[in-house]
Amino acid sequence: MGRDWIRTLSRVLYIDLAKKSYWVENREDLFEEWLGGIGVAVKLYEEEVPRGADPLGPENAIIFSVGPLTTIYPMASKTIAAFKSPLNNYFAESHAGGRSASAIRFAGYGAIVIRNASERPVYLIIEPERVRFRDAGALWGVRSAETVGRILREVTGGAGVRSILRIGGAGERLVRYASVMVETFRHFGRMGLGAVFGSKKLKAVVIIAGKNFRIPKLKEYREIHREIYELTRGPGTKKYHDLGTAANIISLNVIGALPTRNFSSGRFEGAEEISGEKLAETMLARRVACVACPVACIHLAAIREEYEDEKFLYKTEFISYDYEPIYALGSNLGISDRFGLFKMLKAVEDWGLDAISTGVALAWATEALERGIISENETLLHLRWGDWKTYVEAIKNIVTQPNEFYQALALGVEEAAKKYGGEEFALAFNRVEPAGYVTGPLYFISLAVGSRHSHLDSGAYSMDQKLFSKGEKLPAPEEAVEKIAEEEAWRQVLNSLVICLFARAIYTPDNICNALNALDYDFTQDALRELGWKIYLEKQRIKREEGFRPTELRLPERIFQTPTPLGKISKEYIQRALETFEKIIGNST
Amino acid sequence: MVKRLAILDANRCVGCQLCMLACSERLGYAGLTKSAIRIVTPGGVERGFTVIVCRACRDPPCARACPEAALKVRQGGGILLDPSKCIGCGHCVEACDIGAIRLDPETNKPITCIYCGYCAEFCPHGVIALEEVG
Ligand code: SF4
Ligand code: SF4
Ligand code: SF4
Repeated sequence: MGRDWIRTLSRVLYIDLAKKSYWVENREDLFEEWLGGIGVAVKLYEEEVPRGADPLGPENAIIFSVGPLTTIYPMASKTIAAFKSPLNNYFAESHAGGRSASAIRFAGYGAIVIRNASERPVYLIIEPERVRFRDAGALWGVRSAETVGRILREVTGGAGVRSILRIGGAGERLVRYASVMVETFRHFGRMGLGAVFGSKKLKAVVIIAGKNFRIPKLKEYREIHREIYELTRGPGTKKYHDLGTAANIISLNVIGALPTRNFSSGRFEGAEEISGEKLAETMLARRVACVACPVACIHLAAIREEYEDEKFLYKTEFISYDYEPIYALGSNLGISDRFGLFKMLKAVEDWGLDAISTGVALAWATEALERGIISENETLLHLRWGDWKTYVEAIKNIVTQPNEFYQALALGVEEAAKKYGGEEFALAFNRVEPAGYVTGPLYFISLAVGSRHSHLDSGAYSMDQKLFSKGEKLPAPEEAVEKIAEEEAWRQVLNSLVICLFARAIYTPDNICNALNALDYDFTQDALRELGWKIYLEKQRIKREEGFRPTELRLPERIFQTPTPLGKISKEYIQRALETFEKIIGNST
Repeated sequence: MVKRLAILDANRCVGCQLCMLACSERLGYAGLTKSAIRIVTPGGVERGFTVIVCRACRDPPCARACPEAALKVRQGGGILLDPSKCIGCGHCVEACDIGAIRLDPETNKPITCIYCGYCAEFCPHGVIALEEVG
């Protein structure tokens, strides 16, 4: 195969925050065998992060990677971040779009490795031929991640072709589920990358594009590019554009799968009020897309608020919304007041927290208080379902940590429940707070065994829904596990290229091969599938070596009590699934 | 007929930059910085996107500023670049108040729109279109 394309992708930028040095290495070895994205990130993680590393110590590394298709095919718009998670102490990955992927690729890198820790606050400006280490003394302590972005926009250059990744107060204070904000409306949200930034005194990373690469087989490229472009504009993606993921609020509530008041029910009486439809009608102000994506699933709401101290003086704020934050801060906390929901969301955004983990932690705290397991001595606030004003205060407390209770809550719901009790209703899987589905057993199995404990690992929530809508019987647990693993393995291919998972039905083994081969690759469908399995097993192996055993996982009692559309979940079914999984994975890793 | 690229409604722009990618790809490149059209967000995304592209002026200041007559005024408006005459001085860049011309740092020649409409073919939201100037 021609090597030009892969050579441009194979440049890995290494940055040492302690020595303030950087260099570029040609890693064709990695990109040839592992394609890019998650495939390459896993291998770089192997090289960089020793077993037993403290996630908040200098020995942890931050790895960003993109792939061969990045932003030159529609919806190939994501960047992978890999690091050891301070939330659960395992290999973790988080994905984000915005302009991050195009900026990294056209700054001339396939991956960026950030090593060590800085002594003083620092931010990085990464350009095609240089990296600048800038003193972040003036930015440290700026608690709103949004404001940090606003400042950096003015001082870094690269308007229109740059990406700005930054943390807010939560990352600085090492909240284990602090996020990294990308541009203003995307995030590396899950698994605590923000805290890893904070532990390295890294406030922000600005990446500026500037390179251009010859497309190897232009004629073939144009053909397949247009074919895929047309598909991305078809009916399959329309729902993401119209209402966005918020459309799920109603569709899940109708079947009784919308987590409500700490997963105690799948139906929320206030769902209508916070539905995608209602939000679009009353608050939707703009749609935004990641680079190279025609869909534009990012929905921005405008909220207008009068100042308390001056009549007729208003401020208007823009906040992006998606299904997950609406479930986590909305139905799961009994919030049906749209305005209040957005005030909470705004607080979460500003502080730079992960919305899912925050919502789940607060739901546990509310229930624990209700049951008298803890008192207001701990919570300092009278947390009540539906009381958004108090929740806004509580969100702040998670970051500022005024007492031991909030210090524990900032470690995640698992830690907090371990200390204060109420583990039966502390929703976490391998210490990770779940995305919002009570669709059925397959979803929970996938949360337990999925390599990032995310709903998008395998999309098992949709397998549950299909079983329900078709009225089909549950597969045997062994079969369920196989299905879940198969899907997750295939998704490793998409995550290596790196394609937005909303395009998962558009990109097939067939057109992916054509897309790659126009770039001088030489791929067959079988080779792609095989690679997916290889990456999947590699990740599972690493987690295993780090000590992960699915059968030893604590499963919150709550999931066996709350009815799902597929009925109550049987413990035995899940147990058998986990045993099967452990056998398969134990044997092949 | 003489054509130019018209901005129909910048409010519908979602910032996907497919237009920029297409304009670079027209030249056989994957990238963003060879594009003659640019999408920026001066006030942050909440203020919306600004589309910057040559508007094919009837009396183009860029052409008048060029000391080497490398920018020929096109009949009906707009410019045509003769790269062999260009010395890369950047006077045209300074003369265009809307910022539609920039020097390509890789070639040190201006990046100019040729009014081909390729970008508009890939704009999913009807923001830009080729139109006749009459
Ligand atoms: S569908 Fe949404 S998340 Fe995916 S690439 Fe498009 S805008 Fe980004
Ligand atoms: S009309 Fe042609 S040259 Fe002008 S911006 Fe669009 S693609 Fe580029
Ligand atoms: S292709 Fe259209 S919607 Fe996308 S950035 Fe360009 S003008 Fe905006």
